[in-house]
Amino acid sequence: MGINEKPSQLKPADYASDQEVRWCPGCGDYAILNAVKRTLADSQADKKNTVFVSGIGCSSRLPYYMSTYGFHTIHGRAPAFATGIKITNPELDVWIITGDGDSLSIGGNHYIHILRRNLNCQILLFNNEIYGLTKGQASPASRTGTVSPTTPQGSIEAPLSACEVALSAGATFVARGVDTAIKQLVPTLSEAKKHIGTSLVEIYQNCIVYNDDVFKSFTDKSVAMEKQIHLEDGQPMLFGEEKLKGLAINKDYSALEIIDLKKNPEAISNILMHNKKNKTIAYLLSQMDQKTMPVALGVIYCVEKPTLDSNYTKKLNSQKNNIRKIMEKGQTWTI
Amino acid sequence: MGHSSSKINENNVEDDWSNTVRFAGDSGDGMQLTGGRLTFEAAISGMGLATFPDYPAEIRAPAGTTFGVSSFQVRFGEGLIASSGDHADILVAMNPAALKVNIKEVIPGGLIIIDSSSFTDRGIKKAGYDENPLTNNSLSGLQLISADISHLTIEAVKEFGLGNKDGLRCRNMWTLGLILWIFSKSVNETTNWLEGKFGKDSILTKANIAALNAGHSYAENTEVSEDIIRKVIPITKPTPGKWKAITGAESLAFGLAIGANKAKINMTLCSYPITPASPIMHYLANYQLEGIGIFQAEDEIAACCSAIGVSYAGGLGVTSSSGPGISLKAEAIGLAVSVELPLIIINSQRAGPSTGLPTRAEQSDLMQAIYGRHGEAPLVVLAPKSPSHCFEIGQQAVRIAIKYMTPVMILSDAYLTNASEPWLIPDTSKIKESPVSFGKTQENYMPFERDPKTLARKWVKPGTEGMEHRIGGLEKDSLTGNISYDPDNHASMTDLRKQKVQKVQKELSDIVITGPKNGDILIIGWGSTNGPISEAQNTLSKSGMKIAHIQLSCLWPLAESLKNIVTQYNHIVIVEMNDGQLFNLLRVEIAPNAKSITQVSGKPFRVVDLIEKFKTLNK
Repeated sequence: MGINEKPSQLKPADYASDQEVRWCPGCGDYAILNAVKRTLADSQADKKNTVFVSGIGCSSRLPYYMSTYGFHTIHGRAPAFATGIKITNPELDVWIITGDGDSLSIGGNHYIHILRRNLNCQILLFNNEIYGLTKGQASPASRTGTVSPTTPQGSIEAPLSACEVALSAGATFVARGVDTAIKQLVPTLSEAKKHIGTSLVEIYQNCIVYNDDVFKSFTDKSVAMEKQIHLEDGQPMLFGEEKLKGLAINKDYSALEIIDLKKNPEAISNILMHNKKNKTIAYLLSQMDQKTMPVALGVIYCVEKPTLDSNYTKKLNSQKNNIRKIMEKGQTWTI
Repeated sequence: MGHSSSKINENNVEDDWSNTVRFAGDSGDGMQLTGGRLTFEAAISGMGLATFPDYPAEIRAPAGTTFGVSSFQVRFGEGLIASSGDHADILVAMNPAALKVNIKEVIPGGLIIIDSSSFTDRGIKKAGYDENPLTNNSLSGLQLISADISHLTIEAVKEFGLGNKDGLRCRNMWTLGLILWIFSKSVNETTNWLEGKFGKDSILTKANIAALNAGHSYAENTEVSEDIIRKVIPITKPTPGKWKAITGAESLAFGLAIGANKAKINMTLCSYPITPASPIMHYLANYQLEGIGIFQAEDEIAACCSAIGVSYAGGLGVTSSSGPGISLKAEAIGLAVSVELPLIIINSQRAGPSTGLPTRAEQSDLMQAIYGRHGEAPLVVLAPKSPSHCFEIGQQAVRIAIKYMTPVMILSDAYLTNASEPWLIPDTSKIKESPVSFGKTQENYMPFERDPKTLARKWVKPGTEGMEHRIGGLEKDSLTGNISYDPDNHASMTDLRKQKVQKVQKELSDIVITGPKNGDILIIGWGSTNGPISEAQNTLSKSGMKIAHIQLSCLWPLAESLKNIVTQYNHIVIVEMNDGQLFNLLRVEIAPNAKSITQVSGKPFRVVDLIEKFKTLNK
C-alpha cells in the first residue's frame, strides 16, 4: 500500500506486516495476534502512533508481524524501553508484548515498577507456564511438579501469579483472557487500550510443543462454561451452563465460595456483584484455585490514577530554566 | 616550580608558586564546605586552582575513627596549576584520626593545625595511636598550631544560645577564619556568603560569623603570629569575564544539556543512584532546565533501557553510572549498537573490581568501555581530561551520537566528577546550533539504508506517517532491517558497524602535542591524569628535557595520526591509573615498544613521582 492512498476503513489484515509468521503450527500466539489486530481495527488505531515493544521469547516476536512501529528489545526489559518511549512521546499508544519468563522472572523488577508508576500502556503477558523459545524449561509460572528438561523429576518450586503480583505492585488495570477465546479476548484488549494507565492483560496461552493442554482443565470446550467466570462490571458473578452458579463471600473464611443456585435459589442475594474498583475482591478473584473454583476472566480490576507519562510531561513543561542562566548561578566572580 | 610549596610573604612573591591546603576531619565536620570556601577565596583573586575532595564510602562512619576521615585538598597559585598537589603545605586535622590518616601527605616543614581538645586519651586510642602524637616527637620538622578549637568555638557562639552540639558545628568556620588570616584574607566574602545562605538574621548565620571572626583574630591575639609566616594571595588577571569554580559533574551536565539544546531535542538522563556518579543526576534534577528531564529508574539495566527508549522515540537518552552499573548495562548498550540509536553512557570510574573503592578514582574500565559487550559491538569512547573539559566532551558526545546514530561512552572518574577548577562561563549563544534532521515520510523507506558519508542510518521517530518499521536485537538485513540469518549479511553488518565508528575520526580535532614535535619522550595519558602529567612535563621541559605530552580525549576510534606521531620520539610512555590498559591497546594498535607507568592506589598521580619516573626512563 502506497502512503498516499489511505483506505477509509482499516481491516485487521491491514495491521499485519509483510513478514512471515514463524511460530509453531497450532501455537496459541496466532490467536492472540489475530485478537490484537482485530482490537486495533475495531478502534481504527492509527498505525503511525502505535508501537509494539517486546522483550525476548516466543511472544516477543509479535512486533515483527505488525505493520505499526515495533521494537524487539532484550530479555525482560520491555517495560523500561516503553517507559523511555512514553515519557518522550506520550501520544504514542504503546503495547508491551511479554511472556511469563520475560516478565515474571528476568524482568520481574521492571514488571513491578511499571505497574507502580502506572505508565499509560498495555502489557499483554502471554502466559504458557513454560520457557518455549529455549526448549521447554520450567518458568516461575510453572506449577509445582511440572516436568521439564530442568525439572525432570518435577518442579519443586511454587508458581507466581501475574495478577496477584500486579495488584500488589499497585496496578490500575488487571484482566485475564484465554488465547483462543477471541470473542472474550478482543473486548478485554479494547478495555485495556481504553484504560489510561498500565493495563495488564494476562493471556493464558497454550504452548503446543512444550506444555500442551496445561490449561485444559478450564479451557476445554466441554468444561469451559463450568470452569470459567467472565466478569462484567456491575453484573452478578454468575457462571455455568445455565448461569446457575455464582460466587459469594464465605464470611467464615473471608474467601470466595461457589453457590449452587439450583439447590439454593434464595441465596441469589448473596451473589457478589462485580465491582471492578474493589481491590479486595480483585485479589480473591485472581487467587481462585483452578482445581476447585472457576477461573476469573475479563476485567478483574480497574481504577483511575495519574500516570507517569502525564506527570513527567507536566513536570517537564513546567521547567523553564535557561542553561546560561543556571550556569551563572551560584558562587561566581567577575574579572 | 609549580608543584611544591614555596614560602610566600609580601616581599617575596615568586612568579610560579602554589599552596596546597588539606582540611581533614570526621565526615560530619564540614571539611568539604570549608575547603570549598578557601577555593572560592583563591578563585576570586584570579588564582589557578585545583581541588581534590577525598571522602569515605561510609556516610557518617563512627566519629574519631580513621575510616571516617573525610578530607578536601585545594591547591592554588600562579603558573600551571593542573593537579591538586602532591603534598599539603598546610594540614588542618580536626581530630587524631584525621592527623593519622593525613600526616604523610604533609610536606617537610609544613604547617599542621589541630584541635587540641580532640587529643584526649580516648580520641588518641580511637585513632589507633599508641601514644600522643603531639608529644612523642612524631611531628618534628613540622610547624604546629595546637588550639582548643572546640572550646574557643563554643565560647565564641555562646551568646547565641546554641547548645554544645550545635555550637561545635561552627568549628569549621573558626578554622576557616584562622586559615584566612594565614593567607592575609579578610572574612568579608565568607560573611556575605553566610548571610546569603542562611539569612542575615538567622542565629545560624550569626553564630557561624562569630566563630569565623574568632578564628581570624585568634592568631593575632596569641603568640602564634610570631611563628607563622603569613602568606599573601596576590591578585592576578586571567581572561576577563564571569567565572565560577566548576566540578566535572556540573560541567558534564551542562555540556550534555547544551548539546541537546543546540540539537533542538529534549534530553532525559535515565539513571540509578551510584557513587560517585549520582551528582550528575542531582545537578540536572535541580537545574530544572527547559527540555531536560531526569528519570530515576528501578535499576541500572532499566536506566539504560529507558534511555534507549527515549532515543527511539526521538529524544536524547543519556544514562550515567559507575563501573558496577556499567557492567549491568552492557547487554542494553549492545542493543543500542545493534539497532543504531543515539545513546550516551557516562561512566564515572571508581576503583574496582566489584564494589572496590567506591569513592576513589581509577581508569580501569577502559577495556570494558571499548570491548566490554558480547559480540562485535563497537562504540565511541571519549574521555574528558579536566572538570572544565567535561563541558566540551559532553557536547561532543551529543554531536557524535546523533550524527552517527551510535552509543557514545564518556569515561570520567571519581576524581573528575568531584574535583573543581575555575571555569570561564561560556557564551552559549556562540555555540553552533545543529538541529537533528529526523527522517520524514518517504516512499520505499529502508530502515537500515545509510548515509554514505557517515554510514549512519536515518533517525525515524514513531509517529512519522508511512514510515512504520520494526527494529530489534536480532541481526537485520542491511537495507530492509528485516530479521536476517544470512551469513554474508551478518559479516557485512558487522563490518558496517565497525566502519561507522571508525568514521568518527573525522570529527576529532587534530591531536594536541604539548612540547616538542620530536624528542626523547612522548607521554600519552588520558582522562584525569592530565593535571599531574602536564605539570611533570612542564617541569622537565624547563630543565631541558625534550619531553612532549598528549592527553587523548578520544579512546575509540583511535586517531590515525597517532601512528606517525609516535615515530618521532625515542620513548613512548603511557601513564594511566590502571594496570596498563591503554598501554596494551596502543602496543597492539599504535606503538609496539611503548612503556607503561601505572598506579592503582585510588589516588591521583603525584607530580614528583612522575618526574622521577620520566627521568629514570631517559637515563
